[in-house]
Amino acid sequence: MLLDIKGLCKSFGSVVAADKLDLAVAPGEALGIIGPNGAGKTTLFNLIAGSLAPDRGEIRFNNRDVTAISPHQRCKLGIGRSYQIPQPFESLTVFENLLVGAVHGRGLTERAAAAPCADILAPTGLIARADIPVRSLTLLERKRLEMARALATGPQLLLLDEIAGGLTEVECRALIETIKDVHAAGTAIVWIEHIVHALLAVVGRLIVLDFGRKVAEGEPRQVMASAEVRQIYIGIEA
Amino acid sequence: MTGLADTIIQGVLLGGLYALFAAGLSLTFGIMRLVNLAHGDLIVLAAFAILALASWLALDPFLAVLVALPLMFAAGLGLQHILLNRTLGHGLLPPLLVTFGLSIIIQNGLMQGFTADSQRLQAGAIETASVQLGGGVTVGLMPLATFVSAIAVILGLNFLFYRTALGRAFRATSDDLEIAELMGIDHRRIFSLAMGVAMIVATIAALYLGMRANFDPTIGPARLLYAFEAVIIGGLGSFWGTLAGGVIIGLAQTIGAELNPEWQILAGHLAFLFVLVLRPRGLFPRATD
Repeated sequence: MLLDIKGLCKSFGSVVAADKLDLAVAPGEALGIIGPNGAGKTTLFNLIAGSLAPDRGEIRFNNRDVTAISPHQRCKLGIGRSYQIPQPFESLTVFENLLVGAVHGRGLTERAAAAPCADILAPTGLIARADIPVRSLTLLERKRLEMARALATGPQLLLLDEIAGGLTEVECRALIETIKDVHAAGTAIVWIEHIVHALLAVVGRLIVLDFGRKVAEGEPRQVMASAEVRQIYIGIEA
Repeated sequence: MTGLADTIIQGVLLGGLYALFAAGLSLTFGIMRLVNLAHGDLIVLAAFAILALASWLALDPFLAVLVALPLMFAAGLGLQHILLNRTLGHGLLPPLLVTFGLSIIIQNGLMQGFTADSQRLQAGAIETASVQLGGGVTVGLMPLATFVSAIAVILGLNFLFYRTALGRAFRATSDDLEIAELMGIDHRRIFSLAMGVAMIVATIAALYLGMRANFDPTIGPARLLYAFEAVIIGGLGSFWGTLAGGVIIGLAQTIGAELNPEWQILAGHLAFLFVLVLRPRGLFPRATD
């Protein structure tokens, strides 16, 4: 397994965000995660990327225990993460945002990192805006940058947090194609998304989280059709 | 008229010295939000290091500083790695208390090692050499060298910040520490390197401090005050702003002294307050918080 999580627990006071959670991701797999707000989805990403420490449990990546190591070490091992609300380095240019990830995440020199960064930037349409400061980007551009920057670190596992939220239908279709390309290139993807049809276009397996627990798991369409999921997801159409 | 031009030139050149004091402070605050109350004492420590090296190795101060630079860089790395990194991330108070304590320790350590006597870096004939600028205005070579060095340091820091991988890592970490970690940046390592660079700047400042005037182990805090004022006048996060801040303090002090010798220090502080009233965020603010 690429990512192997066992018995993960995390509480914030009386709020349980992860409750003895087990999760495994195979190399090159595309896994979708859905669940209502407050189900612990983003917390799970914070635990995997290392921004939060779990109360109990173990996270293994490429058969190595990463539970206690720092976020920058996890990044170097190949865990890339994008945020729901884009968090670029505002005072850096678009290209510098990628460059920093490639230099530190992959251990490249800036000279060696320039070409791969340009390759990542090209399909996002941001290449023409490469040398402007990030603070002047639009929301859509910031969303694209958020994923491009995570890719620049050369991840084997890419964690996408509601990347399709707020996009138009056309933009969403373009994004799905980009994510499919990333997946086809061999990167494993774990994708949290409320826009279920976008998710189903990419993922081969779906997990439903609620109150920090896995309530359903399996082939995406079957999971979406199950009575339990329907009950949690009243009002959300598959 | 010559008198006024002379005063202004002296003030601007004095500002170069204050900018050198301030640049290291600006750097550590900009990157890691560390208010280093020991910065003035670290400059004095560097001046004593140059003094000791110059006398042991029988070197000119300009050569002794070349030996002192790597030593002070390493001292900065070690200081940040062993001590200061532990104080960051728990609010404003721990770094203030620890650097305040460090300031006392450095002063007393220097007092033990070098006594409380005034010292001076002896540079020979260059100390009194002067340059004719035309129009009857003459400037000392030493103040001129100080100012040119300040500009060189600021050009160097801007190059480091905007043209190198380390500089991008500095800016990224300054921007958002947590995201920098997710991009593979070890922020503690970056902080240590930042302190090392700050110590290099402090050592250059120490060279001119020691050659222009007498120094003793206790003068650090007064120098720190001018440095703080220069950084704040300039606006946090802008090196050119720091130079402008230093020049404003330097100008105010020389003009004040011209009016009445007792007003020198007061005029500098008044200029600081005046700028703060007009532009509370400094002249060239860059940092958003």
